Amino acid sequence: MYAKKTQAVTAFASAALALGVLAGCSSDASDPETSGTSGGGGNGDSVGGTFTWWDPYPQHEDGSDWDGRVQACGDEAGVTIDRTPYDTTALTNQLLLSAQEGTSPDVVLLDNPAVSTLADTGAIISMDELGFDTSSIDDNLLAAGVVDDTAYGIPIGANTLALYYNAEILEDAGVDPASVTDWDSLNAALGSISDAGYRGITFAGIGTEEGSFQFLPWFWGSGADLLELNSPEAVEAVELWVEWLENDWAPQSAIQNSQNTAWEEFLDGQTGFVENGTWQVNSAAEAPFEASYITLPAKDGGAAPAPTGGEFIMAPVQDDEARYDTTRQIIECMTTPEGFVETAETFAYYIPPTPEGQEQFIEAHPELEVWVDAVRAAKGRTSDNLGTDYPLISEQLWTAVQAAMSGAMSPQEALDAAQDTALSTTGR
Amino acid sequence: MTTATTMHERRPERPPGESRSHVDRRRRRIHGSPWVAVAFAAPLIVYLIAFYAYPLIRSIDLSVHDYNIRAFVQGNAEFVGLENFANVVSSPLFPQALWNTFLFVFVSLVFQYSIGLALAVFFKRRFPLSGVLRAMFLIPWLLPLIVSSSTWAWMMNSDAGVLNSFLGVVGIDPVNWLTSPETSLLSVIIANIWLGIPFNLVILYSGLQNIPEEVYEAAALDGAGPFMVFWRVTFPLLRPVSAITILLGLVYTLKVVDVVWIMSKGGPANSSLTLAVWSYREAFGTGQPDFSPAAAIGNILIVIALVFGLAYVNLQRKVEQ
Repeated sequence: MYAKKTQAVTAFASAALALGVLAGCSSDASDPETSGTSGGGGNGDSVGGTFTWWDPYPQHEDGSDWDGRVQACGDEAGVTIDRTPYDTTALTNQLLLSAQEGTSPDVVLLDNPAVSTLADTGAIISMDELGFDTSSIDDNLLAAGVVDDTAYGIPIGANTLALYYNAEILEDAGVDPASVTDWDSLNAALGSISDAGYRGITFAGIGTEEGSFQFLPWFWGSGADLLELNSPEAVEAVELWVEWLENDWAPQSAIQNSQNTAWEEFLDGQTGFVENGTWQVNSAAEAPFEASYITLPAKDGGAAPAPTGGEFIMAPVQDDEARYDTTRQIIECMTTPEGFVETAETFAYYIPPTPEGQEQFIEAHPELEVWVDAVRAAKGRTSDNLGTDYPLISEQLWTAVQAAMSGAMSPQEALDAAQDTALSTTGR
Repeated sequence: MTTATTMHERRPERPPGESRSHVDRRRRRIHGSPWVAVAFAAPLIVYLIAFYAYPLIRSIDLSVHDYNIRAFVQGNAEFVGLENFANVVSSPLFPQALWNTFLFVFVSLVFQYSIGLALAVFFKRRFPLSGVLRAMFLIPWLLPLIVSSSTWAWMMNSDAGVLNSFLGVVGIDPVNWLTSPETSLLSVIIANIWLGIPFNLVILYSGLQNIPEEVYEAAALDGAGPFMVFWRVTFPLLRPVSAITILLGLVYTLKVVDVVWIMSKGGPANSSLTLAVWSYREAFGTGQPDFSPAAAIGNILIVIALVFGLAYVNLQRKVEQ
């Protein structure tokens, strides 16, 4: 009896041991990291290993659609992708630090106005060197990634701004959205909405890049140029916003609003218009009231050139140049026409940056043609060859807009000061 | 007690004479070696170098070079001496930021200290629920700053804020707390005072516990009223604790970034820009990081804090003499 029991225990133990060993072996074989490192020793059939990927989408967690899409591109290239999301500002800082330490990720997705700044450091290899032809991409969308005629990244999609409206409030106030085609008709509409007891419009005037992003359609729409911040056209654009606040057509909080806060104010159902981005299309459809959108009007009619938003995919410089081959495959997977459309859908309407991708996208979503048109008309913030000077100019612009809206200075004074500082920091 | 005595008594019996002197000799040899001293001090020295000396040197290094982004990555920044400091000091923002910093620190400290002291004296007398109440006053300290600052920003919202709707009930016109250049600094100071009260309360409260009860009894026998007791007994005896509380509060308030950054980003029109916020904004707040001027501003802040620290040490020495 006793002996039998010991036997059983021994048998069980050895079985468990054997299983453990087997498990150990199999996990060794299937773990790509281990096989990658051993690859150099003998079997050498593929590079394998883990490729690092940084992006500014912390809202898409591990296991989300976006994460799945990234991993699928890794699988296709035969590697595992180790994805780390940061928020946009932190991502730029992390990239600079890692470039300094020589620990850059293999692939990075970065907000477009930061691309030229990073390319300027020499920490990014050009698309040419990586073996990509960027000629099929819309010029206005690629422009943000071009420094001295060399493209340093590919936009994986583009978004832009439009004017959303609350159809119920507009109807109540007797405003026909189709009548809003220039600044005068917009102001008239805001007046009627205000008279009907609602708030006219809200927007994001926050003292960061978001504030400049929201102001640029009005700035460009009046014909102003970023190289001359205190031109009469620029003053008119600032006066437009200041007037909205003075007339109580826009809330005081617009001065501090981020785009998300402005959107939440709109969802309250008390506001006629809100300036916001393509990315809110889904949220607008789910709003408790009927919401729709029109293009942002330029001063004298027509569509105002809105700034393009969206991220570029880029390959930071690596010590081990053998890695570029796989990096190219991963980027390729993200930038085929099908890849663009898939990205567009994963992201709730990120417009593909190539004509081919746009056609496929419109075929699948004919109702979103307005957005495709808007993106085609949009303008890169760092284009006009501003490049790395854009962030410096933009900082002065949002400071001036805030100063004028808060009443600290008149629009003319604020813009004069902004132009002085911009001139002395950029030298042009 | 008993165990200790027995052990003490037994001890001399244990080591035989010879081996004992051997042990003594060896101990002396180890004791005399300078390496032992180094070995004991090493962890602390490594810690100090890694976490104090290196960052300080790096910060000075950043501030005397021209680190644009390219130079930061490639490590070939040009040496510019004190140019960054000169640029910072001659910038039109400098006097404004310096004045804002002074107001921010001074007003914050005055209110934090006086409210903290009043509460400490209030809680010195025990009464039902005093423990619970005191614990509740510590809540601002326990909340993550992102939570409390966002909550303040939300309460001070010009249109939908609870503060303005309260003012509306009382019949006062709404105040554009964070969106007007006249009130934005005041708004962040109010939030900062609220955040700093628990710190003052705790330290001053523990200081009060150290004032002997006899002094109060003597004062009562002499017929001193509560007002007299506070000014003639509590306040003077609390002076050393007050001094350190205010010094710590000063150093802490000088470098506040988070509260201001979350609530107003130093705006609108730089009206709530302090030196610390300016430094942060130069380095991380825009699309174009400027580490060198940021480090220069940071170093100026360190010098200011150092001046007050030395003044405190000096004062302390005088008091001791």
